[in-house]
Amino acid sequence: MTRGGWIDILPLIVLAATPVAVMIAVAVRRNMTVSTAITLIGLVASFAMLPIVRTQDNRQATALIVMDNYALFYIGLLLASTLILVFLSYRYLNSHPGNKDEYWILLLLATLGSCVLVASTHFASFFLGLEILSISLYALVGYNRTSAIGVEAAIKYLVLAAASTGFLLFGMALVYGEIGSMEFGQIASLHNALGDGERVFFLTGLGLMTVGIGFKLAVVPFHMWAPDVYQGAPAPVTAFIASVSKGGVFALLLRFFTQINFRADDSLFWIFFVIAVASMLAGNLLALMQNNVKRILAYSSIAHFGYLLVAFMASGNLRVTAVTLYLIAYFIASTGCFGVITVLSGPERDADRLEDYRGLFWTRPWLAAVFTGMLLSLAGIPLTAGFIGKFYLVAAGAQDSLWALIIILATASVISLFYYIRIIVTMYSRPEGEAETAPLPPMASPSEGVVLVATSLLALWLGIYPAALIHIIPSVIH
Amino acid sequence: MILTLLIIWAFVGGMLAWISGRWSQLLPRVISLVTLAINMVVLIVMWVHYFGPSSPVPNGSYVIEVSHTWIPQLGISFHLALDGLSMLLIILTNFLGIMSVATSWNSIKVRVGFFHFNLLWIVASIMGVFLALDLFLFYFFWEMMLVPLYFLIAFWGYEKRVYASIKFFIFTQAGGLLMLLAILGLYFIHGRATGVYTFNYTQLLGTHMSESTATLLMLGFFAAFAVKLPVVPVHTWLPDAHTQAPTAGSVNLAGLVLKVGAYGMIRFMVPLFPKAALDFSGVAMGLAVASILYGAVVAFAQTDIKRLVAYTSVSHMGFVLLGIFAWNQLALEGAIMIMLAHAITTGALFMLCGDLSERMHTRDMEKMGGLWQTIPKMGAVGMFFAVASLGLPGLGNFVGEFLVVLGTFHANTTMAVVATLGLIVSAVYSLWMLQVAFQGPNVHGWKLPDMSRREAAIMGTMIAIIAWFGLYPQSVLSTARQSVDNLQQIVTTTKPAETQAPVDAPTLVIQDEGKTQ
Repeated sequence: MTRGGWIDILPLIVLAATPVAVMIAVAVRRNMTVSTAITLIGLVASFAMLPIVRTQDNRQATALIVMDNYALFYIGLLLASTLILVFLSYRYLNSHPGNKDEYWILLLLATLGSCVLVASTHFASFFLGLEILSISLYALVGYNRTSAIGVEAAIKYLVLAAASTGFLLFGMALVYGEIGSMEFGQIASLHNALGDGERVFFLTGLGLMTVGIGFKLAVVPFHMWAPDVYQGAPAPVTAFIASVSKGGVFALLLRFFTQINFRADDSLFWIFFVIAVASMLAGNLLALMQNNVKRILAYSSIAHFGYLLVAFMASGNLRVTAVTLYLIAYFIASTGCFGVITVLSGPERDADRLEDYRGLFWTRPWLAAVFTGMLLSLAGIPLTAGFIGKFYLVAAGAQDSLWALIIILATASVISLFYYIRIIVTMYSRPEGEAETAPLPPMASPSEGVVLVATSLLALWLGIYPAALIHIIPSVIH
Repeated sequence: MILTLLIIWAFVGGMLAWISGRWSQLLPRVISLVTLAINMVVLIVMWVHYFGPSSPVPNGSYVIEVSHTWIPQLGISFHLALDGLSMLLIILTNFLGIMSVATSWNSIKVRVGFFHFNLLWIVASIMGVFLALDLFLFYFFWEMMLVPLYFLIAFWGYEKRVYASIKFFIFTQAGGLLMLLAILGLYFIHGRATGVYTFNYTQLLGTHMSESTATLLMLGFFAAFAVKLPVVPVHTWLPDAHTQAPTAGSVNLAGLVLKVGAYGMIRFMVPLFPKAALDFSGVAMGLAVASILYGAVVAFAQTDIKRLVAYTSVSHMGFVLLGIFAWNQLALEGAIMIMLAHAITTGALFMLCGDLSERMHTRDMEKMGGLWQTIPKMGAVGMFFAVASLGLPGLGNFVGEFLVVLGTFHANTTMAVVATLGLIVSAVYSLWMLQVAFQGPNVHGWKLPDMSRREAAIMGTMIAIIAWFGLYPQSVLSTARQSVDNLQQIVTTTKPAETQAPVDAPTLVIQDEGKTQ
């Protein structure tokens, strides 16, 4: 590897060194403040390397990793999200018994996995990134070892994720068997020359890979784990799964399938069509039946990734912008939502029942206002980032005349209003008589306040003046 | 600039009202009143300046136009423009805003700050809808008014408010999303044909497309506007929302939200798709007549006085739809007149219902009866607005309905004749409502306080306006004349001259005065 190659992967090196630093610090002396500081410094330092990489000419660091603008942008996004989640986790961790520092190690490793994913151009790095991410997540999901549903969720996630990894590997093997290469570029240029007999295996391979990726994104019909894991995992970890984990996988999906030009092949198109439609409809319909806020958000996230698939399938020039913008809007809104949930969660259990939010507006108006704003953003109401994001999704679909998909998208978002409004109504309804004596819900700690203010301002800023970001996205990515 | 400021000022006023609600109950009311009053003064000055008897004829379609780039990547701009039609409607918006603040002065007691925040944001977004000339901006404001309206119904409404508010939200949102799809369809069709991707209304006019595409896109717009207007059979949200909303909410819904649907048809749907709209006019007029008759008959069957008034809106807005699809000068001016007059009369009737239910804690007409004996002033006011609503000559509603029927007669005689039946039924339900609620013996022995000075002042203003509309409609119609001409111009230039004949024939009936100004 050349000297330039080392510079290219500096952000990843820094990010990989940070958990090691935390481990060493923990070995010397356990101190939450120190390990949190190291985590923050590591994330910021890694972020600071991105502009340096941008000045490099050759960004193909190795055969496995490319640090092109696309990768840099997404790595930046993932790092920024993780940074916000560190702030979000701090008070939550401190209020829970048990060792805390390992949480940062796992969180950093998971972020590293996600960053490797968005930079990978090869099945090997793809698989490595995914596994670093997944294995850290198994532990993170069950981080509350005393919580029965937490452990249950972790085991469920472990078993299902392992099974889906099997599918993914088998798929990769089939593709490799037909193409003879594991590099995305090679696959893209060689697969058109395949004869009919070989093509069947190639497509089967891609189909099996879709199973593995679909599992990570929790799209229908690979979504079974999502509600349980969302419910069982600690609230900040759930936020991580919803944003960094799924975002990284989606960025990879976009890169890989764009490169192999999957739209040229009818069967792949219909696979994604069915997945998108099923996710949008099933996600929203199932969310209607939940009484648990985390489960509602889990189903809503299934639907949101269905929406994203609509733009993913569109072939116009709005596509990458639409996906990126929507992912950013979704990151902001889901982080904000889980931020509110985290604030209200005590050491005994997370505040995930709908009843926990009854009358919140009358006791903690600002928390309720932030939550309302974030839910409206998820629902795609103007003045929020979600509106612009959804508008771009629909525009990307309309540009490619995917009318069936965007009509379903519109129908699905109308359905979704029911459950978003349900949460909002609960927050604003007056508490029942005996609740007068109930203790006030907790206030946001300073670090959580930072998260809520930051996400609210971002959601508003993107909702009112998105031009700046929309201007940046294409110039950064292409 | 002034247009942007008017909207922003209302938004800012709303935020100030919310914040001030922390310290006092009075402050939000005063802030809202002052905010809207300042807007109102500016608007009246603008009205006199631009549309007064001595003001010059504007060159171009709009007297004021502002445009800032907003999201240039998609050709979206912050484009506002004012013409006579918008002028009338934003004055109406502000006026009803003031009336809503006044009418809720004593009846809203919880979360006063947040209430006024919602009220002013509704006013601001509706002004935005009436001024926007960029389709994205139009959709933006269109969606933005939903949330505050939803809050208004859901928090300060009557017993079934949650159900009603969710129903309202879902209906309008569903319609709005169909419109969004149509807007995007138009955007891409225009972009592909000309290479210019823009949401600018003036540039999108006259986009060439196949007939079936135009019909589909027009139906997308129609869905959104028909829900708001509302047209039978998508009216079912209205009786619930209007009945359950607090008085200010009902006034805004009936006075403004319904008008937004009509405005959208006049400004956007017909001019953008003239041919498709013409082909569709038979169906639309049929729906209009169905709304007129259905609304009137169902209104007659109600026992809840507020629900009765709500159903009359369905009937009256049927006339507006009829006038829009007749699309000649008389019918359009009639439709605009009904929009204004209906906003005032129905607003006043809702306020009256609010005042009654505040005193009696019921809206059931069977529990009323003989109220005239105990509250004669309110009885008289109720009488006035009931006969105004049934279309008594000399009052505003009559002018509107007369012009619509006259204009429709030229376009489609059968429909005009059938629609006239609605006028008869409206007399029946209006007088019946009066009879049941106010006349007869006071069998339940009600003893109620009559109108307060505040209520009397509100009602007095509304009565004066309706009488003014009825006696001197030309002052209003001449303001709208230029925009009606422009809109018709757009339609006739983009479409072969097949609808010319009925347009010109009846113009001499009342056109004389407009030309001299």
